[in-house]
Amino acid sequence: MTPARFALRRATDWEELPALLAQPGAMPVAGAQSLMPMLALRMTEPALLVALGDLPGLQRVEQTAAALVIGAGVTHAATEDGIGPEPLRGWLAHVASGIAYRPVRNRGTVGGSLALHDPAADWPVALLALDAVAVLRRGAIKRRMALAQFLTGAFATALGSGEVLEAIEIPTPPPGARFGWCKIAPAPGAFAEAATAVLLRPGAAPRIAVTTHDGARLLTAAPRPDDPYLARLREVAIRRAEAAAA
Amino acid sequence: MIRLQVNGAMQEVVAEPRDSLAAVLRDRLGLHATRIGCAHGSCGACNVLLDGAPARACLVPAVLAVGQEVVTLEGLRDDHIMLSLRAAFQAQHALQCGYCTAGMLIAARDMIQRGCARNPDEIRAGLAGQLCRCTGYDGIVAAILGAAHDARR
Repeated sequence: MTPARFALRRATDWEELPALLAQPGAMPVAGAQSLMPMLALRMTEPALLVALGDLPGLQRVEQTAAALVIGAGVTHAATEDGIGPEPLRGWLAHVASGIAYRPVRNRGTVGGSLALHDPAADWPVALLALDAVAVLRRGAIKRRMALAQFLTGAFATALGSGEVLEAIEIPTPPPGARFGWCKIAPAPGAFAEAATAVLLRPGAAPRIAVTTHDGARLLTAAPRPDDPYLARLREVAIRRAEAAAA
Repeated sequence: MIRLQVNGAMQEVVAEPRDSLAAVLRDRLGLHATRIGCAHGSCGACNVLLDGAPARACLVPAVLAVGQEVVTLEGLRDDHIMLSLRAAFQAQHALQCGYCTAGMLIAARDMIQRGCARNPDEIRAGLAGQLCRCTGYDGIVAAILGAAHDARR
């Protein structure tokens, strides 16, 4: 189980990053907790890994007037231990605690999970329900994009060439908001067979995200009667959110 | 050639980017407590501490551990929680072949330090990423519960 040969560079400067990623066969890597197994199994064979962990600002956690802003390099473990104010603090910790195992959570990052967009991953579904915004960066140029646009399909995102995810903005929920999370997995820490997240806000329609074969998707309308799977997911999600502490 | 800080000492080792930290620790530095089981993050036999927090040494390219403090089970010989865990593992027959034990001990020490080993259910949840194919886990859970109790006294 030795990966094929590759070169590795640790990027330290946002300005130099696009040129590194433009090299043939280059691939960005954050915590490497999904990539290392794929390399070991030779499911992917990059020529050059560009490690993002030393880039400035990737570990930051800031509370602004409207949102909790977390650097893309914030780990699952940091989130599990608590970042930002309640209620997001508890909601995010709850989701994080079910991702893989603590030694993996210590290295794996929220941004890496979104940028990979494994359709069985937890963060794309949870953060889509929370209406998070992705901050994409190429050199000095940044752009913001709702996760619903960022997550384009399974293992696919709107990231352009030379561009990486820099931060995630999670809007501060209004007073009285509730959040429900339901993950069906064969064992604690395993990838989801199905997962659903719902955000209930007073006076607004429930915001529900689910895993699909195309990745995390919003349920924008009530499921059609001929789709009992989505109807059931929606029902469970709303019930869990209503049962959760406000 | 890379410079790795392992168990308090700076070591110079030859490593190419595809070499995992687990492989370098075992094959170049002779630190064989760190086991390689599945080599893709599922079994937990290769747990080491990186800057004090457990990590899968098979999922970390050795070159990315440069600048971090690596501690293997060999480096925790005199650690007081580890002394307590080792005694409890022996008393509770918490190992048979021993292949998973180093990873178990490192995971268990972290659970005790974080206060996440207060009852058998919590310990079992915390051990979800540590595979043992010999014991059926009962002895391991009992040992960690006992060591956690010692640590609180």
